[in-house]
Amino acid sequence: MDRRSILKITGTLSAAAAATVAFPRLVFAAYNQKAFKNPKVEDSLNELFGGSASTPSGDIKLKAPDIAENGAVVPIEISTSMKVDKIAFMVKENPNPLAIVADIPAGTEPMVKTRVRMGKTTQVTAVVSSDGKLYTASKEVKVTIGGCGG
Amino acid sequence: MSSIRIKAKERNGSVDVKTLMKHNMETGLRKKKDGSKIPEHWITDVTAESGGNVVFAAAFNTSISKDPYLAFKFAGKKGDSLTISWKDNKGKTDSAQTIVK
Repeated sequence: MDRRSILKITGTLSAAAAATVAFPRLVFAAYNQKAFKNPKVEDSLNELFGGSASTPSGDIKLKAPDIAENGAVVPIEISTSMKVDKIAFMVKENPNPLAIVADIPAGTEPMVKTRVRMGKTTQVTAVVSSDGKLYTASKEVKVTIGGCGG
Repeated sequence: MSSIRIKAKERNGSVDVKTLMKHNMETGLRKKKDGSKIPEHWITDVTAESGGNVVFAAAFNTSISKDPYLAFKFAGKKGDSLTISWKDNKGKTDSAQTIVK
């Protein structure tokens, strides 16, 4: 099979996969006030996923600096080889730990990259939900200047 | 001009998207000189659409940095259109469209 026909087949397959997931147009991810405005990591997870039991997994890659000089802008990257539907990111000792929840529809790679604020040196955790179960990866990030204002 | 800048490039059937949104992202924790708090004002939701399907959606908290940067990858091809929109807690919205390169 030559390269062109392979590309053609993969193209058709992904189009079919996209069609089966019937997403309504312009519907924003339901913003869950309770999950975001919550000082406890466990409570946020409960609101978000209906449970907080999670297993650490080596299949999640969490990229974050060891030392963040400026807590106002800390680049993070989460990616995994698992098939996931949601990726969340927590900064343990921020006033509200949950920073971002990303929905990963079929066809989208389980990867997200953004920049977050960190108040002080603490543990950061990536949480992914795969097949109704939660998996985590954590890392300690040292912060020189906090970025939460005040 | 739109507050959103998007770069979308296809490689091997996967579209690499990088986007920057211009927004103050006030945490509600900062204080003015007179001691009163600056009210929180932040982007709560971001949605990316291509060909009528949502290819990526995210909900932000106030702890996302000022002028949020977001990168993700989805299955697509050169020439696809991509629309990214955001909504903030005051109900303001903005969106921008680009063609995948």
